Amino acid sequence: MRWLLLIVCAAITTGLIIVLDTRLTVAGAKTPRLGYFLSPQKGFWHNAEADDKNFDADIKNAYLKGKVNVYLDERLVPHVYAEQENDAYFVQGYLHAKFRLWQMEFQAYAAGGRLSEIMGAKSNGSDFLAIDKFFRRLGMVYAAEQSLRAIEADETSKAQADAYTAGVNAYISSLSEEDYPLEYKLLDYKPEPWTNLKTALFMKYMAYDLAGGEDDFEMTNAKSIFTKEQFEKLYPYGQDILDPIIPKGTAIAKSGLVLKKPSKADSLYLNFFKKKDTAAIKNPVKPDKDNGSNNWAVSGSKTKSGRPILCNDPHLGLNFPSIWYEMQISTPEYNAYGVSFPGAPSIIIGFNDSCAFGFTNAERDVRDYYEIKFKDSTMKEYWFDSTWQPTTFRDEIIKIKDAPSDTEHIAMTVFGPVMYDQHYDNKLKNGKAYACRWKAHDSSNELRTFNQLDKAKNYHDYENAISTYQCPGQNMLFAAKNGDIAIRQQGQFPAKWKRQGDFIMPGEDSAYMWQATIPDSMNTTMLNPARGFVSSANQMPYDTSYPYYLGGSYPPYRGFFINWRLSNMQNITIEEMQQLQTSNYNILAKLAKPVLEKYMDVKRLSTYEKNLYDKFESWDLKNDAAEEGPSVFAVWIDSLSDAMYADEFSQTSLPLMEPVTSTLIEGIAKDSLYEFADNINTPQKETISDVVTLAFKNAAKTLNSANLLQKLAWGKFKDSGIRHLLRLPQLSRLHLNAGGGTFSVNAYKQFHGPSWRMIVQLTDETEAYGVYPGGQSGNPGSKYYDNFVDTWLAGKYYKIAIVGEAAIKKQTSLKGTMSFSKG
Amino acid sequence: MKFISAIILTALLGYAAPLFFTWWSFAITSFIVAIVVHQKAGQAFTAGFAAMFFLWGIQALIYDTANHHRLSEKIASILKLGDSSFVLLLITAFIGGLISGMAALTGSFTRKYKALA
Repeated sequence: MRWLLLIVCAAITTGLIIVLDTRLTVAGAKTPRLGYFLSPQKGFWHNAEADDKNFDADIKNAYLKGKVNVYLDERLVPHVYAEQENDAYFVQGYLHAKFRLWQMEFQAYAAGGRLSEIMGAKSNGSDFLAIDKFFRRLGMVYAAEQSLRAIEADETSKAQADAYTAGVNAYISSLSEEDYPLEYKLLDYKPEPWTNLKTALFMKYMAYDLAGGEDDFEMTNAKSIFTKEQFEKLYPYGQDILDPIIPKGTAIAKSGLVLKKPSKADSLYLNFFKKKDTAAIKNPVKPDKDNGSNNWAVSGSKTKSGRPILCNDPHLGLNFPSIWYEMQISTPEYNAYGVSFPGAPSIIIGFNDSCAFGFTNAERDVRDYYEIKFKDSTMKEYWFDSTWQPTTFRDEIIKIKDAPSDTEHIAMTVFGPVMYDQHYDNKLKNGKAYACRWKAHDSSNELRTFNQLDKAKNYHDYENAISTYQCPGQNMLFAAKNGDIAIRQQGQFPAKWKRQGDFIMPGEDSAYMWQATIPDSMNTTMLNPARGFVSSANQMPYDTSYPYYLGGSYPPYRGFFINWRLSNMQNITIEEMQQLQTSNYNILAKLAKPVLEKYMDVKRLSTYEKNLYDKFESWDLKNDAAEEGPSVFAVWIDSLSDAMYADEFSQTSLPLMEPVTSTLIEGIAKDSLYEFADNINTPQKETISDVVTLAFKNAAKTLNSANLLQKLAWGKFKDSGIRHLLRLPQLSRLHLNAGGGTFSVNAYKQFHGPSWRMIVQLTDETEAYGVYPGGQSGNPGSKYYDNFVDTWLAGKYYKIAIVGEAAIKKQTSLKGTMSFSKG
Repeated sequence: MKFISAIILTALLGYAAPLFFTWWSFAITSFIVAIVVHQKAGQAFTAGFAAMFFLWGIQALIYDTANHHRLSEKIASILKLGDSSFVLLLITAFIGGLISGMAALTGSFTRKYKALA
């Protein structure tokens, strides 16, 4: 009897342990191993960081050549003082890992198309395998390998990357199971060693986010439905309101480079109005079109202090942990302060003892497609320049958690990887093969530029730093204590003829290839202009008279507004710059309101519709959270675009690109007989007035529903938030009652907006302010996880500065001192 | 007396073992303690349970308090337990206690119980 009980109890005990040591599937999601997860010694409790935690540490590592002291201030921002420069990057890697390891790894896995390894093929409604396939076929890993070659060919960059990687790995190897970040415990996996390739992969992810945008398939589809005239009206080149980064009329350097448009381009390529096709395919991934930013610098002639002020706020998806990590790096060569990318060395946006620098996205189209004609289904040969050329192959193996691996067998051609073929269909669902030519595939070393900017002492150093920079193209802003301000759109851009790259191109010969790179001299720099300021906000860099085609997507409004404001300001103070950077003024609304009023037939509105219209009329045009006007306007504009174009666009079930808002508003403003107003599905000919009024009535339905739920106020309607990378609501900050929007300088949409706000006044002591919506710690259990969010939401800033080591040692609010030494 | 010493020993070893081994290694130590400090089945279970219930409970409580319930509320919600840290604490303690209690119970059956003369 006793033996029986013994066996039963043993079985129950063992059974309990096994169940609690296994991931259980509950409602389509997998739990962590519950026993492990709840164990106070090993599990999540260990990540419940004490609020008064002291971060003192003493780290010895053989890689270090000297001593490095790190002081963590009250916001957990590390101030790093290194005796040897490369030791600083070792420590930077260590700190990035210490505070943001999971984020770094996860981002590198995402960029490398390895999410399925952690998450499985499908989980929680996301198709990770589809995402991985996309990034592998786009050639992200290939691009990273190419970049890595360039980085490692440069002795300095290699040493820095090596030091950075060694620092990350020094931290990882110090970890025991209980020290793993929370997300590893939730998802049941372990960190793996960092490599220089992962740094390169991260840089390529940013290149994808910023220079990976294209609508080639949608545009190719569009030209099959619309005539040339219609197409040019729907997708015009440039805008009326455009105030380019380099002002109209500025002399552009001449170049002897003459492009040869292919002989049959007009009939083969610019061929509008062809045959239709079948059902659409969803592209699982596209970079956010609003990945952009604002930056500007005003010269001392316009400021109260007599010295330049530089401002920058990059717009990216807002996530936890934040894409940025704030820090100071001090070495015998330089002192710099700003934000860095966990995943790469150097300060990316910030300032040093002499100058400040910042970036906005160039938006130039550097990703094109070429149709490939394979000899047969083996894809071993393709037709190019009148012969069959051999392909090579990249086999990208995607490991899938709890499932067999998937292999993507990708043919490589002279253009690049054949991203779409008979095994991986494209959006036009024609089974054809298309190779992707992407600037990011070219071997380049961007790390050098950031490092050189950190050390730059003057305009000449800035020019030298940015001259080698290739991709993703950026508007690089500079201001120095000696009074210089400058901006240049820098990158290696293909010299294109008009509309080259807007559509899929024939890939049977070299005729449609990128013929040359635009000479560096034609990346025009604006230095100390008479108007007293330089700026960029993702508008076109030059006006449409620039000799090469500026394919890409360029919102004009923020740039127009910033330039207009700065032209009219004098004796500028930091506070006024803060007000401009956080301005909720809706520029589109200002321009669109008279146009909409002109066409709106108020007599046709019902009582509640008129009620809503009155809210629009009485609105002060600021997208403040409490206002209802912004919601009315936003829904109306969306509805107007739909009413205007949906009928023409429903002629195909394949994807099309919606015309941008400037096209719509400028179209109806200029042309009272705008042809798209007519609904082609009805016998009568609708007018603009019909469409504008109908659009409002349609909008009113949505607005009324929102109103009934008391969510008409913009802050509630927009329902902004900041989401954890795993999209777990408990680790996110949701339902933030925030103002701003796509057409304001404060470009906060729902989950996308100013990821860092920085203002630097270049007086002798440098007066600087910065804030980002997040926290220095990536640990959701830490009080430093999201402690900056409320400050950022309120439009406030922290004072930031390069602090001397003697001064910081005396601070009483330090959260810890970390000593690194050789050992 | 046996009861108290069983609890103390179970808790001490239950704390030490997972420092070096897996999270569930305390099950083995609870099992062994129950053999060495032999009690009636019911008492063995209770001692084993109580030791780890309180050890895990107190450890978690210390973390939780210093953290001002920040993480436990989030985790409770992720695990679909509402957002009560207290419930999460209880469950943590209970799991530790249950495994340990069952292991101790198993241990108590490896020997024939003889009342001390």
